[in-house]
Amino acid sequence: MFDKLGMYLQYPFVQYALIVGVLIALCSSLLGVTLVLKRFSLIGDGLSHVAFGAMAVAAVLNLTNEMLLMLPITIISAILLLRTGQNAKIKGDAAVAMISVGALAFGYLIMNIFSTSSNLSGDVCSTLFGSTSILTLTPKEVWLCTILSIVVVILFILFYNKIFAVTFDENFSRAAGTNTNGYNLLIAIVIAVIIVLAMNLAGSLLVSALVIFPALSAMRLFRSFKMVTVCAAVLSVLCAFLGIIISILAGTPVGSTIVAVDIAAFAVCYLAGMITGGVRK
Amino acid sequence: MALLTIRNLSLGYDSRAIVENLNFSVHAGDYFCIVGENGSGKTTLMKTLLHLQEPVSGQILIGDGLKKNEIGYLPQQTMVQKDFPASVREIVLSGCQGRCGLRPFYNREEKRLAEENMERMGISALRERCYRELSGGQQQRVLLARALCATRKILLLDEPVSGLDPKMTAEMYALIADLNREGITIIMISHDIAAAVRYASHILHIGANAFYGTKDAYLKSNAGKLFLMQQKGGEA
Ligand SMILES: Nc1ncnc2c1ncn2[C@@H]1O[C@H](COP(=O)(O)OP(=O)(O)O)[C@@H](O)[C@H]1O
Ligand SMILES: [Mg+2]
Repeated sequence: MFDKLGMYLQYPFVQYALIVGVLIALCSSLLGVTLVLKRFSLIGDGLSHVAFGAMAVAAVLNLTNEMLLMLPITIISAILLLRTGQNAKIKGDAAVAMISVGALAFGYLIMNIFSTSSNLSGDVCSTLFGSTSILTLTPKEVWLCTILSIVVVILFILFYNKIFAVTFDENFSRAAGTNTNGYNLLIAIVIAVIIVLAMNLAGSLLVSALVIFPALSAMRLFRSFKMVTVCAAVLSVLCAFLGIIISILAGTPVGSTIVAVDIAAFAVCYLAGMITGGVRK
Repeated sequence: MALLTIRNLSLGYDSRAIVENLNFSVHAGDYFCIVGENGSGKTTLMKTLLHLQEPVSGQILIGDGLKKNEIGYLPQQTMVQKDFPASVREIVLSGCQGRCGLRPFYNREEKRLAEENMERMGISALRERCYRELSGGQQQRVLLARALCATRKILLLDEPVSGLDPKMTAEMYALIADLNREGITIIMISHDIAAAVRYASHILHIGANAFYGTKDAYLKSNAGKLFLMQQKGGEA
């Protein structure tokens, strides 16, 4: 088995997949805690559906690089969703649900009407659940993913303290003179970028899992924001790495394999948390 | 000039006023108490003073060179905090963010300030503990230490003793009175009129029997007399 693995690792496409996969996993875990705690989990989900719609449009327009269309559309939706989330009148949840289901339906519709592909349901399935696209990345896409990932990580480190403060207590931060709207905007944009990136890995329906599971697992084990963030990042990277290797060896779909590994990790953390929590109390 | 001057202020939600025509001022060194029934708009008033929401009409004038990033706030507890994984130290340190401006990391002086304030609130031993596992009284001390990191001038406290047992309530009031003696202006919301009468220098009563003035004047006013009568009734 290791021979087989060693052989696969020689191929550039496998190396690309591992590099990009690990970077994307790292990014997607970083804002997980914020997303979960700000009750933004739904927004992440909604955005991934929007990204699906955008991808359908890109596919119909025959764009060579779909991400160039998906990115701006998803970012704009993220900003709009954040706005409505703050507006007490339109319930945030309802707005998210409307936009996400709408985008899903719209995306499928135009794929159906305009697609020239002979294997439509295959196309749809692969955008929803993650295709093998991570294994077919061109060097250009690898660079785009790498650069975006690095930008996300740098932004996160630079604004780590602000993100903590704004997530923990927005009103206090605002009262203390912090520009919370600006930081919320930043968080929304970064989430949108992460979702678009992560769709390469897991497809639109499974993206939220990449974002949320590592954070939830880490929260079982640690009790400070810093340790939870570090642990989520490490877990996410490990799970993605393992997931990609397993999927190559076993020939399973990449996205769902990674998510399955994430879920297994969550189960382990849940048990470990119960045991250590029981000891500590 | 006063720290805060409020002129013809009306506040509420969606431009529907729930409190109208407030006029008062808060001077440096005051212990200013806002009292009133539940739902009378005390929290809304404090949020309006903090510019967390727009006033329906009227003005809030800031004087004495008070800057926006020199205000400490102890909010009524929000739900998000209940399951937030954060250590005491991380939370107290986050009180320094207003001082940082755009600088990404806390400097040595800010870290020292956080340590000092934890010491002052008697929570140094808890520094690595998780906030959500602390008792209500300890949590309030953490939030107060955080507010102190944000200001040396003015603290706005929204029901700082709600949910605390009598002993912790007394300790909390003593801490706040000490801070006031050290020269920090206090604006505190309370539905405990007895405490307000005991500690405050000025009282604003909103809702029915609206009143604004010094504590002595309050005790002579209708609202105050009503309160005194209730107390006597309670004792009799
Ligand atoms: N976000 C909101 N939108 C609309 N009305 C609100 C909102 N928050 C509070 N209110 C209403 O404003 C009134 C005053 O609330 P609040 O300021 O919290 O009172 P207090 O702090 O004195 O108990 C209440 O009647 C409440 O129902
Ligand atoms: Mg209140």
